Amino acid sequence: MEATYNYKVVRQFAIMTVVWGIVGMLVGVILSAQLMWPTLTEALGPLAPYLSYGRIRPLHTNAVIFAFGGCALFATSLYIVQRTCQARLLSDGLASFVFWGWQLIILLAAVSLPLGVTSGKEYAELEWPIDILIAVVWVAYAVLFLGTIIKRKTQHIYVANWFFGAFIVTIALLHIVNSIELPWMLAGGVWWKSYSVYAGVHDAMVQWWYGHNAVGFFLTTAFLGMMYYFIPKQAGRPIFSYRLSIVHFWALNFIYMWAGPHHLLYTALPDWAQSLGMVFSLMLIAPSWGGMMNGIMTLSGAWHKLRTDPILKFLITALSFYGMSTFEGPMMSVKTVNALSHYTEWNIAHVHSGALGWVAMISIGSLYHLIPRLFGREEMYSTRLINVHFWWSTIGVVLYIAAMWIAGVAQGLMWRATNADGTLTYSFAQSVAAMYPFYAIRLIGGLMFFVGMLLMAYNVWKTVAMGKAVNDARIPDAVQA
Amino acid sequence: MNAGTLSAVLTVVFFVLFLLIIWWAYSRSNKQKFEDAANLPFQEDGGDVGQRH
Repeated sequence: MEATYNYKVVRQFAIMTVVWGIVGMLVGVILSAQLMWPTLTEALGPLAPYLSYGRIRPLHTNAVIFAFGGCALFATSLYIVQRTCQARLLSDGLASFVFWGWQLIILLAAVSLPLGVTSGKEYAELEWPIDILIAVVWVAYAVLFLGTIIKRKTQHIYVANWFFGAFIVTIALLHIVNSIELPWMLAGGVWWKSYSVYAGVHDAMVQWWYGHNAVGFFLTTAFLGMMYYFIPKQAGRPIFSYRLSIVHFWALNFIYMWAGPHHLLYTALPDWAQSLGMVFSLMLIAPSWGGMMNGIMTLSGAWHKLRTDPILKFLITALSFYGMSTFEGPMMSVKTVNALSHYTEWNIAHVHSGALGWVAMISIGSLYHLIPRLFGREEMYSTRLINVHFWWSTIGVVLYIAAMWIAGVAQGLMWRATNADGTLTYSFAQSVAAMYPFYAIRLIGGLMFFVGMLLMAYNVWKTVAMGKAVNDARIPDAVQA
Repeated sequence: MNAGTLSAVLTVVFFVLFLLIIWWAYSRSNKQKFEDAANLPFQEDGGDVGQRH
């Protein structure tokens, strides 16, 4: 046992990544259809409230971030830590606990959110009993991951593990601090309901300190860990500059923590905190682009591989979207730009260029590399299908974000337009009506991305059917690095 | 020392710390060490069927 890797938990999480990706993106497609046809789900009669926009919107965000993204991160981090440390996971029991615990959390979210059980904090909607469960499972994951690093046989800790380590520690901190809440039952209320211990603008600041660092450490740092392993592996050459990756890592860690206030520009938050958030967001361009260059330049001298290898296409396109959204983000945090962009569809464009373009594509590319190796095969069942998937998702994302950019800017301009006498030129309803064509294009783009996931599921299914589970690959005799 | 001074001092301390990290990452004596680390993903072998060096 000790001479092999634990692939079982990696395999479980990898398969569930595909499953939850499909579920989460399907909910997204339903939501975007609801924005076009608001009465879409009303025909369901007694079921209608459970599928109303307000209830399934958090279901979508939780499913894609924590179920799809989360499973992808568990799968890849637990694979990478074993292979680069040349050590089996600390404990098989703990690994199973993390897997089943996380699936239970996802199921509880899928039931409670449509029921309207929510604490109302964005990306932290789950109520206190689930919050406690998340904390327990997360600590187990931390012990499993960091414990494996401690028992490593290699001398160095590979940079991907540093990124995963920062992600694990920071998410624990963010989740626990933001979720400190008082159950209402202490005052005789409903047992599952709770209220945040923070009040007013403090609550807002804690929430967006959490919210932005969830973007920073869950959706960025952790997926960079994926990037630092799978791009070198797929390209067949080490990372362009390992030293740059160290500076990248520390620069992100030092700066990200302070960017949260840019979600609260022009609110009751003190002005100095708003400006601080803006300045730190602007500084983030440097490490983000340094990291992006580091990944892309890894292909230097092997660019021809991009023509023939659709997995590399996924990985490198993901980095391009990462570069794009990490330029857009700092720009949007500039107060004058934010005055136009905030609360408009532009935000939705920005989020999805990050979430679909960067997070989903780097995960999909990594999974296409990973899955054959977990099932004892050279490659996926169909490389051609990977290529089709690549083009479907790329065109889908581009349609999606281009539509939402135009919609957002139009919306912002309509809201701020005034007549000579100071009255508003457009009513709110007029700005909504102007959105329709863009909502239609977005629905098509989202649908294309979703169809791509179905292709992936078919490809994975065939690969699994043809292969056989590699139960625990052998650990090579300790190599002194 | 009030909270404002403390934050100012801490900011400077973190900045110096960051400069030290850059110096550490780029110092000549660590060059080999980091090159070895960069090769870690390729020193695994075992059951990796798709290995390519």
